[in-house]
Amino acid sequence: MLRQQVLYLWLAEGALDTPTLGWAFHDGTAGAGPGLPDGEPPYRTGQAALEDGWCMLQSPPPYPLQAGAEHETSYLPNEFVFERRVELDPA
Amino acid sequence: MPAADHRLTTLEMARFVADGYLRFDALVPDELNVRVIEELRSLESVKLRQAVGVPPEGPGLAHPESLTPLSACYPAPSVIGEYLRLPQVHGIITSLVGADPLFDHDFVHRLPAGSEYKQHLHVDAVIDSNAPSFDVQLFYYPTEVRAGGTRMVPGTHLRRTRAEGVSRYQHLLGEQQFSGPAGTLMVFHQGLWHAGQPNPGDTDRWLYKIRLNPRVPQVRLWNTDDFDQVHNDARDHTFAHRRNDSVAEVLRTMQPWQQGHESRYEQMQRARLWRYLTGDPDFDVDYYHTRIEGRARANAGVA
Repeated sequence: MLRQQVLYLWLAEGALDTPTLGWAFHDGTAGAGPGLPDGEPPYRTGQAALEDGWCMLQSPPPYPLQAGAEHETSYLPNEFVFERRVELDPA
Repeated sequence: MPAADHRLTTLEMARFVADGYLRFDALVPDELNVRVIEELRSLESVKLRQAVGVPPEGPGLAHPESLTPLSACYPAPSVIGEYLRLPQVHGIITSLVGADPLFDHDFVHRLPAGSEYKQHLHVDAVIDSNAPSFDVQLFYYPTEVRAGGTRMVPGTHLRRTRAEGVSRYQHLLGEQQFSGPAGTLMVFHQGLWHAGQPNPGDTDRWLYKIRLNPRVPQVRLWNTDDFDQVHNDARDHTFAHRRNDSVAEVLRTMQPWQQGHESRYEQMQRARLWRYLTGDPDFDVDYYHTRIEGRARANAGVA
């Protein structure tokens, strides 16, 4: 029985090896699979998550800036999404 | 007005601009904290019945309508009114939104002991325009909060987002969860990301929130005795000559989640708000606005 775990990391810059600023974890195993490492943040960088076995699903593409709004701030721009597939015993 | 001796200083205002909130521990006296609970209980009942379209039982507690000047809200002998008219509370209000702002709304958030109710991170109301003026929300905790109080992320208030668009952020470095003594007041810029959290304690948790809208320009309403000493000009520039005692230094101070080059845009937003609050269109932090505006003036043939 395959279940997905999803990890969001918000990094300081657009590069995967920059520091983690925020994170979110959604666990399709409902606690039966592995959790995140202790610590805040659980991974110091996105690269560290890769090295722990997470597979990247999405990295933030560069985007054209809107004229007149070049200096506005909004949602956190550097959102990386990872997944880990966990095989669970059907019993 | 009673606020005269209790207004904020320039550096306190700068901290509000940088962090989006100010905190005042045990600001409200204990005897008032005790007395206000009964009135909050009545207001809670009125508000909850109103929320589901049920009229209040009996006459109910008289409570203000939106657009009421604050001075006309909760007249004596109301204990809520007594709290709002405390000189130390009124001084904070005056500094941020003027001496007699408009009542927007209020609410009583009571979370029973053991409640697991938990909100996502959110911004109240709807996305704001990019005008720099702002409302304040006063969060008054009349009882001690040991654990589980309001979660909030300092420094998020100037990011333009939809109310629930920030719910995806489960954890951000530097976020805080309120705990503190009875009578503590937190004052939020309306854009600050926040969320109610479970109450693992063995006593009910009370919070009285009120939102106030300015009806005067929010320019130099605070105690400006220290203004000339700390308000810098555009030459205060990290990469040229940097002061360490100025407003700019406060506005440069980032939160743990504000790392990397993104912090430069945060500085620009903070500088923009400080320009509004001070009426100084040339204010800057680290020259980001100034060099762009200088080029525009040069091309327009303006010295």
